[in-house]
Amino acid sequence: MTMKIEDKLFLDRFKVDEESHLKIIDGEKCKKCESQACLFLCPAYVYRPEGDRIAINHEGCLECGSCRIGCPDLNIEWKFPKGGYGISHKFG
Amino acid sequence: MNESYDVVIVGAGPAGISAACILADAGIKTMVIERGEYAGSKNTSGGVLYGYNLAQILPDFVARGCPIERNIVESRIWYLSKEAGLSIGYRDSIFANERKNNVFTVGRAKFDRWFAEQAKKKGALIVASTVVVDLLKDASGKVTGVVTNRQDGEVQAKVVLLADGVNSPLAAKTGFRPELKPEHVALAVKETIELPSEVIEQRFGVSAADGVTTEVLGEVTGGMDGVSIIYTNKNSISISVGANLAQFAKTKMKPYEMLEAYKLHPMVAPLIAGGKPIEYTAHWLAEGGFYTIPQLAGNGYLIAGDSAMLFNALHREGSNLAMASGKMAAEAIIAALKKNDVSKQSLSSYSKAMSESFVLKDMNKYRGFPGFLYNTHQLFDELPHVAQFAAREMLTVDGVTKKHKQKLIMDEVKKKIGLLNLAKIAWRGWRSVK
Repeated sequence: MTMKIEDKLFLDRFKVDEESHLKIIDGEKCKKCESQACLFLCPAYVYRPEGDRIAINHEGCLECGSCRIGCPDLNIEWKFPKGGYGISHKFG
Repeated sequence: MNESYDVVIVGAGPAGISAACILADAGIKTMVIERGEYAGSKNTSGGVLYGYNLAQILPDFVARGCPIERNIVESRIWYLSKEAGLSIGYRDSIFANERKNNVFTVGRAKFDRWFAEQAKKKGALIVASTVVVDLLKDASGKVTGVVTNRQDGEVQAKVVLLADGVNSPLAAKTGFRPELKPEHVALAVKETIELPSEVIEQRFGVSAADGVTTEVLGEVTGGMDGVSIIYTNKNSISISVGANLAQFAKTKMKPYEMLEAYKLHPMVAPLIAGGKPIEYTAHWLAEGGFYTIPQLAGNGYLIAGDSAMLFNALHREGSNLAMASGKMAAEAIIAALKKNDVSKQSLSSYSKAMSESFVLKDMNKYRGFPGFLYNTHQLFDELPHVAQFAAREMLTVDGVTKKHKQKLIMDEVKKKIGLLNLAKIAWRGWRSVK
């Protein structure tokens, strides 16, 4: 039986900041985006299609940075979560 | 937090902490700023460390209680097709005895935390839960400190060491390392799978303290330039798979689905059977190689470790390059502070030491290797398939003559790759590492 991404993220420890550290700069660009790379390359499935827009589930972000440089339009404003927030590895 | 230090180090990983230990030993007032809630809490890697480089910082690391998972006595390399695999390995008792801890596995959340404690014992100040968001510069552009996200969060420093890792928005923002392109990194995801230590010892044929690393190439990355690993820890196995980020974007394969498929591979599944996944992490590998290394020192700053793209993909070395670069950076800082000159010219004794050391010599030797992998998709699709075809034919006993089997194999090679192409791949591969 294969494990779903939601179950994988459930293994991790997060200290969630209400405010998202990830932001789409211009939502209109996403509507015209053909590659939609963020939906596929994000290892935590943070970006999900919701109607004609893309929703961000920043709570499960693994902080790898892939969406920031992988977005063909560089349309994602990417900051580290506030100090001490975000994922905290137990084993690493 | 408006304070002044001799040295501020951004990031409490192997590079930053190595530097902090050397600086603190020399009595230099050093602050290490870490964004996670403790050193190591944001860090992850396949999980091997190298005793030689750690001993250069802490000769008595074992006595200090370094959280070693397993001492590696055997290294395996697998070349996998979808349902089969070739395997070679090298085990040597010297690595259990005289050369013990040449390579060992760690959990980075535990190791980095311990390593930071050693720097603290030596006198460095470690400040966690704090993000460096910018650098302070004077009118001439010389770096004079850092800006953190804390209230009144400026810290003045004579020298700043950037050791904040491969994913560094800070380096990109301040221009000290251009923002990376997707082709310069591999995205790797890792699952840590818990198993009783006796089961691990039985499955890998090792004694209680020893372990095995397995590096894997082939069809598991779906035709993408990538690599996967299986490393043994004390009570867990680390399974990771990664591929070039630009190719992930193109193929639209999902990293976590690739990991799941990998776990089901017949070479992998029996090793982790019955195990319980306990953690899932993701990280970049600084795969760009020699050509992506930024200028290592400037006015008032230096850059080390993953931030400086120090990673040897062929030999899966990174943490040792981080430690060695952190040490050399610290030595350059000590010399510069003694002269009271932290200009680029003064600090570039670091760049010089790096060029003369194994760090940049190895990176230079393999400078063509990342490009070779990136441009040779056959390594990750047709070739593993052909290898499987050949091994299957030769190992199947069915009354067909070996000469005929040989012909079938050659026909398959010609059909899938072509003899000339195969020779070209071998030649280019050799050239990229010679």
